[in-house]
Amino acid sequence: MPLPIEQDNARFKQIVRGKIRRNLRKYMSNGELIGRQGKDLVSIPVPQVDLPRFTFGNVGRGGVAQGPGQPGDPLSQADPGDSAGQAGDQPGQHILEVDVSLDELAQMLAEELELPRIEPKGLDNIESEKARYTDIRRVGPDSLRHFKRTYREALKRQVISGIYNPERPVIIPVREDMRYRSFQRKPAPEANAVIIYMMDVSGSMGDYEKRLVRLTAFWIDTWLKANYRKIERRYIVHDARAGEVDEHAFYHLRQSGGTMISSALQLCRQLIQHNFDPQDWNIYLFQFSDGENWDTDNVTCLELLSEHLLPVANLYCYGQVNEYRHSNYEGAFINQLARLDEPAKLVTARIPNPDAIFDALKLFLGKGR
Amino acid sequence: MNQSVALPAHLQDIQQKVEGYARDLGLDFPEVRFIMLDFSQINQVAAYDGFPRRYPHWRFGMEYERLRKSYAWGLHRIYEMVINTDPCYAYLLASNLDVDQKLVMAHVYGHADFFKNNLWFAHTNRQMLDEMANHATRISRYMDKYGYEEVEAFIDRCLSLENLIDIHQPSIRRLAARPQERQEDAHVADANSGRLRASGYMDSFINPPEYLAEMRQRAAAERQREKQFPVEPQKDVLLFLLEYAPLEPWQQDIVAIVREEALYFAPQRQTKIMNEGWASFWHSTIMTRHALSPDELIDYADHHSGTLATSPGRLNPYKLGIELLRDVEDRWNRGAFGPEYEACTSQAERARWDRKLGLGREKIFEVRRIYNDIGFIDEFLTRDFAEAQQLFSYRYNRRARRYEVESRDFDDIKRQLLTSLTNFGEPAILVQDANFQNRGELYLRHVWEEVDLRLDYAQDTLENVQALWQRPVHLETHITDRGLMQFSYDGKEHSQKLLVPQKV
Repeated sequence: MPLPIEQDNARFKQIVRGKIRRNLRKYMSNGELIGRQGKDLVSIPVPQVDLPRFTFGNVGRGGVAQGPGQPGDPLSQADPGDSAGQAGDQPGQHILEVDVSLDELAQMLAEELELPRIEPKGLDNIESEKARYTDIRRVGPDSLRHFKRTYREALKRQVISGIYNPERPVIIPVREDMRYRSFQRKPAPEANAVIIYMMDVSGSMGDYEKRLVRLTAFWIDTWLKANYRKIERRYIVHDARAGEVDEHAFYHLRQSGGTMISSALQLCRQLIQHNFDPQDWNIYLFQFSDGENWDTDNVTCLELLSEHLLPVANLYCYGQVNEYRHSNYEGAFINQLARLDEPAKLVTARIPNPDAIFDALKLFLGKGR
Repeated sequence: MNQSVALPAHLQDIQQKVEGYARDLGLDFPEVRFIMLDFSQINQVAAYDGFPRRYPHWRFGMEYERLRKSYAWGLHRIYEMVINTDPCYAYLLASNLDVDQKLVMAHVYGHADFFKNNLWFAHTNRQMLDEMANHATRISRYMDKYGYEEVEAFIDRCLSLENLIDIHQPSIRRLAARPQERQEDAHVADANSGRLRASGYMDSFINPPEYLAEMRQRAAAERQREKQFPVEPQKDVLLFLLEYAPLEPWQQDIVAIVREEALYFAPQRQTKIMNEGWASFWHSTIMTRHALSPDELIDYADHHSGTLATSPGRLNPYKLGIELLRDVEDRWNRGAFGPEYEACTSQAERARWDRKLGLGREKIFEVRRIYNDIGFIDEFLTRDFAEAQQLFSYRYNRRARRYEVESRDFDDIKRQLLTSLTNFGEPAILVQDANFQNRGELYLRHVWEEVDLRLDYAQDTLENVQALWQRPVHLETHITDRGLMQFSYDGKEHSQKLLVPQKV
């Protein structure tokens, strides 16, 4: 029997979830959640859900305690009444850590951004079996006995054999009448997806820009993970040449070469050719750079995209992460991309600061592809 | 309660023994029923403040979450929990060692005795178990009828005002009513008020015009004050709202429920130090003198010292309470009190002082009967005791951004301690005027005592007051470096104004 407190607890969690949802934009831009991510759970710090009351501001209000020490000595260890490490003007906020599953987080994200469900392509290419209780059998455990069916069988038998008395309709099932629920193995479509992140790591991309990329990628991961059973992630970095790296290197590598975006796209194309057959895979391409590229290279890029990448990818998203520099000159990659007329598959967004992530995600993921 | 397990036989034995020791030592308590619970059940009961059933509210769920997590992480463990009812219910955690159960029982009998005999508990409802269940039923019914969210939102508002009660309210007998008929006509009274009897020729000397004018003014002010509503500022804001705010019957009931429960728990907050000190005093006496078997000694010592541990920046009520009671017992045994003892200035002589009075036990029983924490500290915390216990006062240093030891001066310590106990360390808020500016607006006044209110909370709380009162509400308080301020909320927006700037 569940304890009555579970209801209060569930209600409390519901309130907390509501709070997280309302503050999602904030969580999106401050990156606190990265690093708090476990395997399936994210631990989210929520300011204490509190009932306001007339109370004293803690600061300035002293107290009495017991122990050694001379006047002027700091109180060691815990500060009175509040959590350590935050001795500002406000009394320490009691921070509540709430564990939220990634699925749930994706759900909140979807509700808040109003994201459509993704319709995977290659819907039934890969199949797996899923057991569902939709079948009826003659044998089984009592706990799965189908009362209605059993009754019906017994009734049928009694009517047929003429022992059914409408005056006194007593139905007694015998062993042969018993029916039990049973499962059926059904092939369930399972779509796989690969996300290929590409990023410019040339000298012009600083830590700030990389942080923006990382934040954005976190939410992209969260959302796509919720939509596919299996997600593969690949990371490509480039300056004038491109190479495939692991996740850690992707966010930390720094190089000081020039920039050739086409090199990343070229490598991406090879990767897809060798590992990810577009027949079987939903392919998501995300590219981030600060928009600087050689004019001649831009031409190569557009060609690669329109000829080879866009036809096989579900989505190609380009995020231009830079704060203010040359954000809108003619040669910027984002403006070059506009020349490709592929509104269904190609999305571009500017991410000049963390607050823009919310809108960028809405653009990127709002296509429902 | 029905899921609880009856005590196993060997614990029943222990219980009978411990109860016997407690009675022999002079403790006086109602029947105590021990209930054995597993940790999730005990966390539920703890989240419900010791009761098996409370009205549905997320706050309990939040507390439960906290308890469950900190239990899972091994940060805390509930040893004893007992409620002030008759019969008294107490809970034992099934996974505890027998020696722990013994200790808990001894401790619980101390609490049970305190609940029954301490005067501040005299007005508490001993059938609170039933009452809480009734509250739960009533509120559930309102939720079914008026909607979960609506009722919950209203409870939230009431809980936010929960501390605006007058703890002395249950023991005050109010005057029946104000006299209806006035003897004198107001004008006549005015003209003659304060006039002293004098023969005609002396009149202008004995009753000079300035004096009469002042007297008239005073009388007028008095009449003005009588017209005010409430006549005297009211401390029980929740009661005032219950009686005069335009509430639906179900809302009134909820205000009453919240207030009743707050008043029920108030004496426990008023006597935290004494209550825990008293219970610890008796568990220690019972265990070490009677109940403990040699093989249990280490576990007992470990857990006993755990309860009495002190940490910097936090005063442990168990520790302070038991030490102070022991000090009182010792002093009254030695006769170390009274003018003669106070007058003695020799430290050595005071330490040796022994009149062999043996009044200690008697005295501490008296103390447990008539004092609450404030009186207890005020009366019995002595300079010698403060030194022996290494008490100090601390304060937040704005420049160093940390809490620091402020003083070891006895007067400072005592003042600080008493201040923090006054009104449970909560601000005193009064209903000053319920017809402010003759517009039915509610004017609350915070009695400022050197410590400012937390403003963001105050404004949020003001919104809740407004939601109940339904007319604009105001709060007068003092803000350091600014002066006397008036904060207002009219249901739409907040405003504030400076009434009296602080003198520089």
